[in-house]
Amino acid sequence: MAEKKSSLDAVALGPSASADTAETPQPPPVTAPDHPSVAGLGAKFPDAILRHDIVAGNQHILFIPPDRNLEILQWLRDDPGQAYDLLRDVTAVDYGAGTPLQVVYQLFSLTHRRALSLKCELPLDALEIESVDSLWKAANWLEREVYDLFGITFLNHPDLRRILMPLDYAEGHPLRKDFPLRGRFTRAEQTRRALSQDLEHYYTEQELDLGGDSQALPPAGKETPEETGLEVVE
Amino acid sequence: MAQKTVEFALGRSPEMGVDGKPVMGPLAPVDISEPDIESDNMLVNIGPQHPATHGVLRLVCELDGETIVRCIPHIGYLHSSFEKLGEYRDWNQVVPLTDRMDYLAPLIYNIAYVMSVEAMMGIEVTERCKLTRVIMMELDRIFGHLLWVGTFAMDIGAFTPFLYTFEERETIYTLHEEYTGARITTSATRVGGMMSDMPEGWDQGVRDFANGLPNTLDEVELLLNENGLVLGRTQGIGAISGEDALNMGLTGANVRGSGISYDVRKDQPYYDYETYDFEIPIGEYGDCYDRYLVRMEEMRQSLRILHQALDRLKKADGPMDVDDPRISLPSKTDAMNDMESMIHHFKLITDGIRAPIGESYFPVEASKGELGMYVVSDGGTKPVRWRVRPPSFVNLAALPKLLEGHLLADLITINASIDIVLGEIDR
Repeated sequence: MAEKKSSLDAVALGPSASADTAETPQPPPVTAPDHPSVAGLGAKFPDAILRHDIVAGNQHILFIPPDRNLEILQWLRDDPGQAYDLLRDVTAVDYGAGTPLQVVYQLFSLTHRRALSLKCELPLDALEIESVDSLWKAANWLEREVYDLFGITFLNHPDLRRILMPLDYAEGHPLRKDFPLRGRFTRAEQTRRALSQDLEHYYTEQELDLGGDSQALPPAGKETPEETGLEVVE
Repeated sequence: MAQKTVEFALGRSPEMGVDGKPVMGPLAPVDISEPDIESDNMLVNIGPQHPATHGVLRLVCELDGETIVRCIPHIGYLHSSFEKLGEYRDWNQVVPLTDRMDYLAPLIYNIAYVMSVEAMMGIEVTERCKLTRVIMMELDRIFGHLLWVGTFAMDIGAFTPFLYTFEERETIYTLHEEYTGARITTSATRVGGMMSDMPEGWDQGVRDFANGLPNTLDEVELLLNENGLVLGRTQGIGAISGEDALNMGLTGANVRGSGISYDVRKDQPYYDYETYDFEIPIGEYGDCYDRYLVRMEEMRQSLRILHQALDRLKKADGPMDVDDPRISLPSKTDAMNDMESMIHHFKLITDGIRAPIGESYFPVEASKGELGMYVVSDGGTKPVRWRVRPPSFVNLAALPKLLEGHLLADLITINASIDIVLGEIDR
């Protein structure tokens, strides 16, 4: 008798690339006029445009080298001909199967009413890229989220720590394709960890420092003065 | 562990003044062992289970007396990784996940998601579908703003507007229910169309609602606009300059309150918004009061769009779904009576629709700000990546800056004024 297959097997394996793409429809035809920023960027940084895609008919995506992201983005923000003053989004894409992770910047210029996407490809063994927090403060939390869920380190980020997952989360980075849907640990281990957290788990080191002795937290599971050993002030 | 104590001499007998009345001297602290009592800042934890944080938001504040020196927000208590779950579902199955994010304006999220998928696939929806979606989005913008006005007023101590706005919200709940069968978890859209055409008389229900709302808005404004307590608690509180607001990525009424006229409906129009006659209100000082005024005016502008869209809907009585068998399901009658249609129905439901290789970032103006849906396809029936650019996530990131130097009591006002919903922040 064949091995019994459970419907949860697919969940344990994780999402996979679509196998049969024979019936895949064609993408929409390109309707967009030339994007002025593409020509401008090509003239200013001659070898910086690694690839230029037009998706969904009118959305321009430029692939740029990851080690030059800061200077290119700074120019796009400060040059009056570009003036991309709004950083809409920073996110990442993982296609799985060992392909590089892509960091995606969505820019918008209120002055010229233009949108532009930029992508940097990071190989899996060098997941580091310069933070753009110095250009747009909006990048602070967006980059923290990418760090949390994809494990990409943003260099010179002022406060790079996990944001959605717990600070001491030990199972990895959930939005990577190699991360199984139910997490890496067993349910029993996840429950054990959840129940054995002490109070320091809920505070950052910065906050614990600030609290100081006068607001020290009692050790886990101990509440009375005799148990905690903390002095009582009358 | 040393505790600093201050004792006051309370047992003094008052001296007699020249007119024979006792003169109460100021209470003077005596015997202070350590004079610098200001130096020790205090750490106060607010939330996650606190009614004024509008969800499971936790704020750790460093206080100097009652002044906030620094605030560190903690989020993630509602994190359920919708984006990961979406990678295991086909394109249409993602729709129910979207309305669980912003449950205060669910239809906008349903619609924004399918719009992004349609842009990626190059589908042009029918005129009737466009107008229905515009009506739904404007209805839910009002839906979100009504809740915001009610809870904002309640947070600063005015209870009555909450009752007025929730009565109006109840009408929208009923309209949701008539169309989709659900009050909050609407899941009304499908790629290429809607779940169904609107029920008989639904548009008249929207019209009646749009005619009745201005009275409620007038009543609320009468209660709040020139109320001394409201002015004192909101004017000059949580002010941010337009330049800073843009740099921090604030969108929606938060950036418009600071005088920046950024609205996706005007700056990057979709669904013929450029042909509607409406205006974008902007504030001057960027404080809580301006954000309140902007949202009140936005509701009136949304009503204008509603009336125009309802007028156009009368002339658009074509089909709701696109005429493409690879995307749209056959009618239920056909699927139950005709073999080919049943196979067609079965294939679309079991396999799911296929999207071309590509991706799309599609921004719409949600009630909280710019909502961007980013979808990536590798040519299969499931998204490789589905990313939501959450407006209130980015808006909340500005909270520590808005709070700097304000009193602890203002934290409640400022937090309420930026209009967050934790379901979408944590996703």
